[in-house]
Amino acid sequence: MRHIISLLMVNEAGALSRVAGLFSARGYNIESLTVAPTEDLTQSRMTIVTHGSDAVIEQITKQLNKLIDVIAVMDLSEGEHIERELMLVKVRAEGNGRDELKRLTDIFRGRILDVSDHTYTIELTGARGKLDGFIEAIGHDLILETVRTGASGVGRGNRILK
Amino acid sequence: MELTGAEITIRCLQEEGVEYVFGYPGGAVLHIYDALFQQDKVKHVLVRHEQAAVHAADGYARSSDKVGVALVTSGPGLTNAVTGIATAYLDSIPLVVISGQVPTFAIGEDAFQEVDAVGITRPCVKHNYLVKDVKDIAATIKKAFYLAKSGRPGPVLVDIPKDISGQKTEFIYPESVKIRSYNPVGKGDSAQIRLAAQLLLEARRPMIYAGGGVVLSDASAQLTDLVRLLGVPCTNTLMGLGGYPANDTQYVGMLGMHGTYEANMGMQYCDVLVAIGARFDDRVIGNVEHFAQVPRKIIHIDIDPSSIAKRVKVDVPIVGDVKLVLDELLDVLRKSRQKPDATELSAWWKQIDEWRVKGGGARYKNSSEVIKPQFVIETLHKLTFGDAFITSDVGQHQMWAAQYYQFNHPRRWINSGGLGTMGFGLPAAMGVQLKHPGETVACVTGEGSIQMNIQELSTCKQYHLPIKVLSLNNRYLGMVRQWQQFFHGNRYSESYMDALPDFVKLAEAYGHVGMRIDNPADVEPAMREAFARKDDLVFMDFRTDSTENVFPMVPGGKGLSEVVLAEDL
Repeated sequence: MRHIISLLMVNEAGALSRVAGLFSARGYNIESLTVAPTEDLTQSRMTIVTHGSDAVIEQITKQLNKLIDVIAVMDLSEGEHIERELMLVKVRAEGNGRDELKRLTDIFRGRILDVSDHTYTIELTGARGKLDGFIEAIGHDLILETVRTGASGVGRGNRILK
Repeated sequence: MELTGAEITIRCLQEEGVEYVFGYPGGAVLHIYDALFQQDKVKHVLVRHEQAAVHAADGYARSSDKVGVALVTSGPGLTNAVTGIATAYLDSIPLVVISGQVPTFAIGEDAFQEVDAVGITRPCVKHNYLVKDVKDIAATIKKAFYLAKSGRPGPVLVDIPKDISGQKTEFIYPESVKIRSYNPVGKGDSAQIRLAAQLLLEARRPMIYAGGGVVLSDASAQLTDLVRLLGVPCTNTLMGLGGYPANDTQYVGMLGMHGTYEANMGMQYCDVLVAIGARFDDRVIGNVEHFAQVPRKIIHIDIDPSSIAKRVKVDVPIVGDVKLVLDELLDVLRKSRQKPDATELSAWWKQIDEWRVKGGGARYKNSSEVIKPQFVIETLHKLTFGDAFITSDVGQHQMWAAQYYQFNHPRRWINSGGLGTMGFGLPAAMGVQLKHPGETVACVTGEGSIQMNIQELSTCKQYHLPIKVLSLNNRYLGMVRQWQQFFHGNRYSESYMDALPDFVKLAEAYGHVGMRIDNPADVEPAMREAFARKDDLVFMDFRTDSTENVFPMVPGGKGLSEVVLAEDL
């Protein structure tokens, strides 16, 4: 099953490689991983999307907690949460297709960030399914390149990782 | 007054009460060696290979409750140390390893003797640090000792670039240490402990399975009290030997791949199992699915939550320091009015005794023609009254030492259980002997393992370490040969060693005493003579039966009850 694991860690050199190394050493998979410092610059917040049975996810959270640099770990998918991902898509936009692409972008609440004679670069934010849906709607033929950040997540309401 | 980073490093070791540093100098640690030279509180032991430095520090730590310390240079010094570090990591041994690094301005330039020490050791340390500012040295070393010893112990590496050890700053050793993201548990959850007590009181076929965590937590007394209070059988893992006294009637021997029949059958068919400081590893319970076929309740006490429910489902997990948890569990049990059902318990013991008879205990067929390796260990036990510090290497001799040397006290059995590192025994014995100068220290090894760190005979000479080396020389890499016999159609691929050295002359060349023993009748007299030489290292080259196998054996991937007893062959 897909899980979104959120962790708070000390913003030390090498902290990211400890997490990434743990996943590869123990054979856990990483679908995506995002990380950046929080409002407190001594800390970083990381969101990892992974797959595994309940037993594997339990081990992942325990092993992450064991890392000395990790302050707290939460499996966001265990409860109510918000998941967002940012995607930049550069598409071939020519002739009549330009209008159609503009309409699609509006429907998906995206924004066109850059326009050239033959291309649009579209920014889209949302849960994974929405971004996947947009790609399907445009069709692979028109896509020149796609850049996705991977999911960032946060618990709803009082679910706070501190 | 300002001190150099190197002087600060040594001052930190003094503050931590470090007696011995095991190490080997080199370019990147020259400042630190210079600081060592100019003081006499911390003694340095010059090994002949960095792997041995870490093993010696490890042996020192295992045989005491202290943190072992090793000091190595950058590049090859560090890479040589990695096997030692991984050995300590797999067995949760507290070490602080200090490595030199190329100067900060040269890091990343493929400088001479540069390796990414933090990167290379990351998967086999509890934590590691690259010190980038001389002001951080003291606090980092303080943290390193704290991390190594607290919680689940382990090795911690501190990598110090040469320019940092040369720069100066004020020396302030922190009095205490606080790491925001690290809060090891102490006491266990009281509700869980009460639940465990209830399960144990209602158990019909209870069993206690105790591992290295009991030794590391110095909880042997608590374990012994618990086993006796409940009147239940107790088995120790390879790492836990001595945690419960082997000469006690409630002890059913070591369990696992080469464990006793009664211990393994007890594990398989008990109805309540208490795992204490043990981790259900593959050499202990064999096939997980097979183990899970029989229903039983499992209580698992461990300081590391990730050890719990890793390989088997656990009914009552208790995260905490083994000693503190057992103290509380004993308290609950003693206050309870309920007592275990004596009738059920005696039926269980009847069953265990039947298994004992069937398994035959530690039994082998002795010979007057050829030296049986088991006989050597039994004689060793007899002559040292089961009271020596025994280190071992890895292979058949390790299993025979574990099976036939009956350990009654913790921290006497020093071996590489998790990583299975050949070459561990002799350097580990050096650390043990330095920690316990007046005591008998014996290294049980084989002609394969001993050659992996034989250069340390030179270190033993320099520091007058009267270790007794018992090499069970069967001319084969015995455990490899045994598996090839059982599972690879007797094809002894590269497990025979031709052109072995003359170990007697070799020992003599290093300045020690060498003995070669070919006849069973000479085993005891030779060993008596060796142990009478209190001031000498004696290398005993026992020419043992080259075809002897280790039994019982649970073949890899099989279940605990699918054990092969000797007579089945």
